[in-house]
Amino acid sequence: MSPQSDSSAAQITAETAPAEPSAPPEAARPEEPRFPARHYLNDGHTIRSWLLTVDHKRIAILYLVLVLTAFLLGGIFAMVVRLELLTPGPTIIDALTYNRAFTLHGVIMIFLFMIPAIPAVFGNFFLPIMLGAKDVAFPRLNLLSVYLYVAGAALALWGMIHGGADTGWTFYTPYSTITPTNVVPILLGAFIVGFSSILTGINFITSIHTLRAPGLTWMRLPLFIWSLYATAVIQILATPVLGLLLLLVAAEHFFGFGLFDPARGGDPILYQHLFWFYSHPAVYIMVLPAMGVISEVVTTFARKHIFGYRMIAYSSLGIAFVGFFTWGHHLFVSGESAFDAGAFGILSMFVGVFTAIKTFNWVGTLYRGAITFKTPFAYLCGFLYFIVFGGMTGVAVATVSLDVHWHDSYFVVAHFHFIMVGAVVMAFLAALHYWFPKMFGKRYPEGWGLVAASLIILGFNATFIPQFLLGNAGMPRRYYNYQPQFQALHVASTTGASLLAFGFLLIAIYLLLSLKYGKPAGPNPWGSRAFEWTTQSPPLTENYPGAVTVLSGPYAYHVAQSPIALTTNRPTDGGGGTREGGGHAA
Amino acid sequence: MNELMRRMLFLPEQASNFSTDVDHLHYFVILTTLVMSFLVGVTALYFFWRYRQRSRDQLTPDVQPGPGMEVMFVVLPLVFFVGWGIAGFRDYVRMQTPPKDAMDVYVMAKQWMWKFSYPEGPSSLSVLRVPTGRPVRLLLTSRDVIHSFFVPAFRLKRDAVPGRYTQMWFVPTKPGRYPIFCAEYCGLSHSNMTGEVVAMDPAEFDAWLADQRTGFPQAQDSAASPGEEVAADASLVEQGRAAAVRNGCLKCHSVDGSPHIGPTWLDLYGRTETMTTGEKILAEEAYLTQSMMDPLAYVVAGFQPVMPSFMGLISPAETAALLEYIKSLRSDRRGGEDRFRGPLNEPAVGQ
Repeated sequence: MSPQSDSSAAQITAETAPAEPSAPPEAARPEEPRFPARHYLNDGHTIRSWLLTVDHKRIAILYLVLVLTAFLLGGIFAMVVRLELLTPGPTIIDALTYNRAFTLHGVIMIFLFMIPAIPAVFGNFFLPIMLGAKDVAFPRLNLLSVYLYVAGAALALWGMIHGGADTGWTFYTPYSTITPTNVVPILLGAFIVGFSSILTGINFITSIHTLRAPGLTWMRLPLFIWSLYATAVIQILATPVLGLLLLLVAAEHFFGFGLFDPARGGDPILYQHLFWFYSHPAVYIMVLPAMGVISEVVTTFARKHIFGYRMIAYSSLGIAFVGFFTWGHHLFVSGESAFDAGAFGILSMFVGVFTAIKTFNWVGTLYRGAITFKTPFAYLCGFLYFIVFGGMTGVAVATVSLDVHWHDSYFVVAHFHFIMVGAVVMAFLAALHYWFPKMFGKRYPEGWGLVAASLIILGFNATFIPQFLLGNAGMPRRYYNYQPQFQALHVASTTGASLLAFGFLLIAIYLLLSLKYGKPAGPNPWGSRAFEWTTQSPPLTENYPGAVTVLSGPYAYHVAQSPIALTTNRPTDGGGGTREGGGHAA
Repeated sequence: MNELMRRMLFLPEQASNFSTDVDHLHYFVILTTLVMSFLVGVTALYFFWRYRQRSRDQLTPDVQPGPGMEVMFVVLPLVFFVGWGIAGFRDYVRMQTPPKDAMDVYVMAKQWMWKFSYPEGPSSLSVLRVPTGRPVRLLLTSRDVIHSFFVPAFRLKRDAVPGRYTQMWFVPTKPGRYPIFCAEYCGLSHSNMTGEVVAMDPAEFDAWLADQRTGFPQAQDSAASPGEEVAADASLVEQGRAAAVRNGCLKCHSVDGSPHIGPTWLDLYGRTETMTTGEKILAEEAYLTQSMMDPLAYVVAGFQPVMPSFMGLISPAETAALLEYIKSLRSDRRGGEDRFRGPLNEPAVGQ
């Protein structure tokens, strides 16, 4: 990066040029980056300026607070479930409480954490910045999506306090229509949260089509944007099906429609088809953004152009497309024809092929790179391992004869936790650490970050590898009581879960402390060439101090040219730090 | 090798004709997964070490995959995955295709117990007795919500769905007692909805069955649940005849082949009926059950759509008995014992 192009990004010079190649990036630098004076966080201090904001970055922060609260709540339920399973029979709670606990764990983690986590937080924050825009296409719609999420979550939470549901997050009929527990508010809550997801999807697709800066062609889009685009397509097309279905179940519960109840001429299997028509693609709503994050992190920390850009971009669309035709692999033992089972099995394998393509390309990106091992990169390593192992066990459960044994057993539980916690949470944490300096303008302690990452990856393996074995041994899922031969593996799993919980606690502590005590990050602490690092940290409310022109793709580590040019010459209102030089463009 | 892998993977005993085949594919799949994870991991680790950053502003070349590598990235996983898929599908089709000489046992699931009825008479709760070396077909249904009949040692599982009959079959290969679990979440006591398959030597099994049929069995596995009107000594066919009279089935359906308001039951099982829509349907358990519960879904050509639904009026136990009764009505049977046995379903016909 040494021969700076004078077209832009003097801030990169200011930050990186004085640093000695061997020196620790922040300690030995003669000129410490300073915190900018004006940024989106201090643009209004009233409660109202936060709650009624239409700034995509503040909305992202609201979402961050909300999804982390959901994650905490879902995590507490997970720990309750794990502790209960320490011994066969009653341990700390009764069977009904246990059934509610795993239901709430699933509902909260899926609808309130996993689905919005990466798109609504990091997507909202970085999509406009990566496009070179000031905001998303419909800022007020964006704010509405937050409040729909809050309303849905509040309704679901109210239902959890008043009776809870004990159906599992899958709400299978006819059990969900005859259960004595209070399942309707939770169904309606998920229905409302679904609209929030649809609005985010609409906003993203429109923004990507209409708000790209001059020079930002489709083949120059950051891969995170490609993955959000594919995600948004699924959100828009699949979520209405779930919404409709949840309403029908609620109506059946209240008015006895009899759509899914065989005693009144309905068909319970119909429910499963409709449910998985959304809920399988929903897995890709969770995983695709995670893959996008990984594409960003791998290039920054390998300092290398992404390997196989087109293959990664198109495989995201491929997963979004094929994902719609795999739902039947949830019904291998519940009543579909043998032909359907074979067809859905093979179709599901294409998802595995697309994922394998991405994985090979990420590893390929490391080849001849210049790798630095920072916390986000540690999570990336965890992600690669979990996606390969979790993905291939996914193909294994799509193999029909094997699924007959594994279906509804702990093997399946372990498989989808490898993907959802393993891959998605790894990517979420990678994103959180990678973009933390950009979002809040502060550094987090790198040493503690690596300690927490090791704890989490270790704890995660200790939690879920025993569950694969439990599934092999024939332990069905959602069991309160189990046979004594399964106990050793359950104890191992609970031990791992405790490590995991401790790791998350550690992250919460050091990130909260870093918000206050962290060193100023400067615009580009990682030396990345991605677009978002050319603006100050934290960014201005309008993202860039001027209009943006994109000169090259976001992964230009092979040339000395900076990716973005700013075409107006507006001063940055006295930002005290290294950001000052930036924004004065050719 | 088989035994070592089985133990390392914590798999239960292999006690049915499917267990070993499923396990062998399992070993292959898990070994490929481990090898692939290992290769990806080792390659990544090598790159971390070999290409660690030397200077902060280091430029790196833009390396892109050639067409050959792109093709390899697609073909390599595709070949493996589709290979697994085909191998698995072959075994699955076998699991879905019961042999003609299979012995039928009706399984009724309800919150939270399993009930097994043998066409010859006895029924039992929680304990399913089967002979080794002979094919057994289970016809499953549920009285309330969806359950799933899971025998880990057999590597088999099938959902029991209310209002439908689903089937599964197996040949027990090893005498012994194997746990049954309910694998589909079904409410408060889901985890206590367990049972046991007892695989017996065929001679022992025949003796047990004969003893049960006397009406004064030496030992019964467990009593019929309260409120269940199943006499231990009445065969399902006899119960079915009684049920057909009780529910008025015979007012419209003849049992001697003579035409009446509805199609005759004589030789009905196994007959291919032409529907008013022109569609041809093979009359097997699933179709006959549907005709009782949702009679207007398919009306046989030449008949009026007048039959009322018996959903909720006839219990799953009665449904099983009626099916056995219909199956017993054969014009070609010689003597009394030649009950039409075994499944009619072909693979891919569906449930």
